[in-house]
Amino acid sequence: MKPFTYERASSAADAADKAGRAPGSKFIAGGTNLLDLMKLQIEAPNHLIDINGLDLDKIESMPDGGLRIGALVRNTDLAADMRVRRDYAMLSRALLAGASGQLRNKATTAGNLLQRTRCPYFYDTNMPCNKRQPGSGCSAIGGYTRQLGVVGVSDACIATHPSDMAVAMRALDATVETVRADKSSRAVPIAEFHRLPGDTPHIETVLEPGELITAVTLPKAIGGKQYYRKVRDRASYAFALVSIAAVVQPDGSGRVAVGGIAHKPWRIEAAETNMLRGAKPVAEQLLADARPTRANAFKLPLVERTLAAVLAEART
Amino acid sequence: MKFETPAAQNPIDQLKVIGKPADRIDGKFKTTGTAPYAYERHDVAADQAYGFIVGAAIAKGRISRVDAAEAKRAPGVIAVVTTLDMPRLGRGRMNAAYLFGGADVQHYHQAIAIVVAETFEQARFAASLLRVDYARAQGRYDLAEESKRAELKGEDTDEGTSAPPLQRTGDFEAAFAAVPVKLDAEYTTPDQSHAMMEPHSSLAVWEGDRLTLWTSNQMINWGKGDLAKTLGIPEQSVRLISPYVGGGFGGKLFVRSDAALAALGAKAARRPVKVALTRPIMANNTTHRPATIQRIRIGATPEGKIRAIAHESTSGNLPDGKLETAVSQTRLLYGGANRMTSMRLALLDLPEGNSMRAPGEAPGLMALEIAMDEMAEKLHMDPVEFRIMNDTQVDPENPQRPFSYRNLVGCLRLGAERFGWSRRDPTPAMTRDGQWMIGMGVAGGFRNNLLTKSAARVAIDKAGIVTVTTDMTDIGTGSYTIIAQTAAEMLGVPLDHVRVLLGDSNSPISSGSGGQWGGNNSTAGVYAACVKLREAIAQNLGFNERDVLFADGQVRSGNRALSLAEAAGDPGLSAEDGIEYGDLGKKYQQSTFAGHFVEVGVDVATGEIRVRRMLAVCSAGRILNPKTARSQVIGAMTMGVGAALMEELAVDKRLGFFVNHDLASYEVPVHADIPHQEVIFLDEVDPMSSPMKAKGVGELGLCGVGAAVANAVYNATGVRVRDYPITLDKLIERLPEIV
Repeated sequence: MKPFTYERASSAADAADKAGRAPGSKFIAGGTNLLDLMKLQIEAPNHLIDINGLDLDKIESMPDGGLRIGALVRNTDLAADMRVRRDYAMLSRALLAGASGQLRNKATTAGNLLQRTRCPYFYDTNMPCNKRQPGSGCSAIGGYTRQLGVVGVSDACIATHPSDMAVAMRALDATVETVRADKSSRAVPIAEFHRLPGDTPHIETVLEPGELITAVTLPKAIGGKQYYRKVRDRASYAFALVSIAAVVQPDGSGRVAVGGIAHKPWRIEAAETNMLRGAKPVAEQLLADARPTRANAFKLPLVERTLAAVLAEART
Repeated sequence: MKFETPAAQNPIDQLKVIGKPADRIDGKFKTTGTAPYAYERHDVAADQAYGFIVGAAIAKGRISRVDAAEAKRAPGVIAVVTTLDMPRLGRGRMNAAYLFGGADVQHYHQAIAIVVAETFEQARFAASLLRVDYARAQGRYDLAEESKRAELKGEDTDEGTSAPPLQRTGDFEAAFAAVPVKLDAEYTTPDQSHAMMEPHSSLAVWEGDRLTLWTSNQMINWGKGDLAKTLGIPEQSVRLISPYVGGGFGGKLFVRSDAALAALGAKAARRPVKVALTRPIMANNTTHRPATIQRIRIGATPEGKIRAIAHESTSGNLPDGKLETAVSQTRLLYGGANRMTSMRLALLDLPEGNSMRAPGEAPGLMALEIAMDEMAEKLHMDPVEFRIMNDTQVDPENPQRPFSYRNLVGCLRLGAERFGWSRRDPTPAMTRDGQWMIGMGVAGGFRNNLLTKSAARVAIDKAGIVTVTTDMTDIGTGSYTIIAQTAAEMLGVPLDHVRVLLGDSNSPISSGSGGQWGGNNSTAGVYAACVKLREAIAQNLGFNERDVLFADGQVRSGNRALSLAEAAGDPGLSAEDGIEYGDLGKKYQQSTFAGHFVEVGVDVATGEIRVRRMLAVCSAGRILNPKTARSQVIGAMTMGVGAALMEELAVDKRLGFFVNHDLASYEVPVHADIPHQEVIFLDEVDPMSSPMKAKGVGELGLCGVGAAVANAVYNATGVRVRDYPITLDKLIERLPEIV
């Protein structure tokens, strides 16, 4: 771990301002991912701005019927919120499918969105990795790829985004609210928040330097049966091989977002017009541009079969 | 005491303390955080500094230059020792890879430097400032590829499994050609990591030329000798202390880089230095269970009698490394007049392969017991009955040599009854419970019982407190407890009057903990010392040794009775002895047996496999403490589930290393993966094994479990997977359509 300086921010704007004036700084909230990465010197900030004291830990009902989730709301609290459980059940389920009780007690809403990939080559600083060290190459391509991405991948990176929560938020059309170093704020639809790797896999979101997430908003509840189905090798405490966040309405229409297969939560709205025709056409459209490796090609039938099981359950 | 004839009636048979489910003596210390592990011995030396080990960034080649200037200037740094500062260290008898020294890199994450600093964080940061130049060399990393050039090799491991390069009995080829029902199949098992909770760690303190090392090691005497050899100092100058070990599974049988580099770092820093391996370097810096490629052929009569059986295995290792003796159980488990086993070693430049819990048998049975399931199916026989039909009471290679005691049949029969085996549909993929396809599987379990000498000193003080001292270790197995039970039984005192001191190389040399030999041998050593002490007491008191009785804290003979405290007197009394073995282990084949039964559910859509029920029935001699023995077996069963369903060190065949080298990516079972586990010990004694009439059980619980899971997955789905681990990607293309 590289030595670093540390300070506490007094407000969201103050945090963004401090970060804007301290290049190489990072915000720290729960630290469940950042501290691990700092120990391995994958992240090596010279300055930490602690935002834990900020007043961003509330879940508020919005006049339009939506929900505003503060950036610092812990995963445990978000999953347990009665409004979330009632109106956005897939979000609660996704959160509870992730990590462990201890980690969820610390991990925050914003931090969860900003998790870095779990690609094992990213984690080994002896190995070339375009995400960790831009331009060094990708050692995962041609190597051990069973867990890695199958769609939206590039020649520079085939990593996946590990979050469960973000997949549900993608299906729920969440919006990410931020404040920038110049104190201006903006709202970014989650679909545009995470980026595909392209030639710059080290740039994972549209956040600008110093920009701080203040909240995630969910639009008015859309009803339907809500699912989060996470497929993994062991029953708990493992990242998804594939996960499906789905809403199925009584008429059979709905929405689907997929985790574990791409650099961001994967959703193609156009594919959802096929929901009434079953999992196969939906999966085909979702995965039309898939470029799997031999070791992770199983994710393609797995997406289709898992979605089929979810749709079958929705019919019962 | 030399044990040369079958054990007769002795004080252990009273079973007043032995055989009782006593709680672990160390349990309350471990669960309250008061059992001090090596890395926590802040109390034993002042001025401790922290060492951080740097691993090689390449798999094979040479280090041309190490620039430590910046690291040495970093805050808090006391010393930096790099591998170029010295020639290659010596190599311990038990090691294949060198631990340190010289320019050659033999495997990824081999230690190339230690940085010593005032704090752990300072040492770790300074370590990142080392600049190392490598000259990478071509390496061999692909077992399947190198197996084509693998040569026949025999092995007689220190963990007790053995097989010659090629062993033939009868005429396998002719018999196999002649029988009507046969199987010829290939199975693979992957490299596996011990993944114990406590990382390898050591605290080194030099006083002049004498080194004391608080460490985490299963085999104190091996460790003492090998550390001396590694450092090139006399054995008498080394003291190892390891009273608590947070899991080993064979990974701590040997001296590893933490020990050698703590010693070198402490020398350079002129301070006590402690070192723990960090999790991400454990998989590649230390040892692992080597992957295997196994071919099994079985031929039987239509009635199900095996006439021909052959088991060939290839594993890889560094040129001086050992084989995985995956064929050893096949020499003994089932009958059949025509037999062949062979083993080959492929040369690889991956990290050192070495013992992991039940080396040989664990991966060997993962293959053999699928093969038996496949044969039973070909024969249209129940797999339990097929195994029973081919039971043998003698060594099949040498029919004059009987087993000391063998009740595999009892394990299978009782297991089938208790598990509800009759409810299993022999036709695969016929049983459903909602989304789950349900299957049951069985496997035979087998692991040899190993006899090895073991000594102890037993003393009684004037308060009547008994102290047992031995260099035996407790790696979470219950050694403290069963040793105390043994002394309590022998001397007629309550359990809480016995103090047990373990894990110090200044103490009498024990069997240590490995190869499931620790329980029987270390207690037999304590038995021997207690017999000697009883004799001394009787002699002191002028009692007739024949009719002296040790009970209720008293020594009695006829109508005379004294308390043990009085008998010990002010100076106390002490005796030291050990157990040594004659040839009962040669005249009789000594082994342990199990029937493993598993029920799994396989998600019909995703292919996820979850274990629903497990049962092990064990035939393992006298069970000294059913509670600690059960804990050993359920832990082993859990490890078997891991081996069957998830554990695999993924090899990068281009770069030559185990890629998934942390516990997020090398998955072992979590609580949610493990259902109710039932363990039944058959009530038996084996008088050939020792005066304790006990045998090992800690590895038996693993042997066969993987195959029982695999067979259950087949019964659930009809998909036969012969390559472990059995993950959903190997099933998914052959699961039913989802509509």
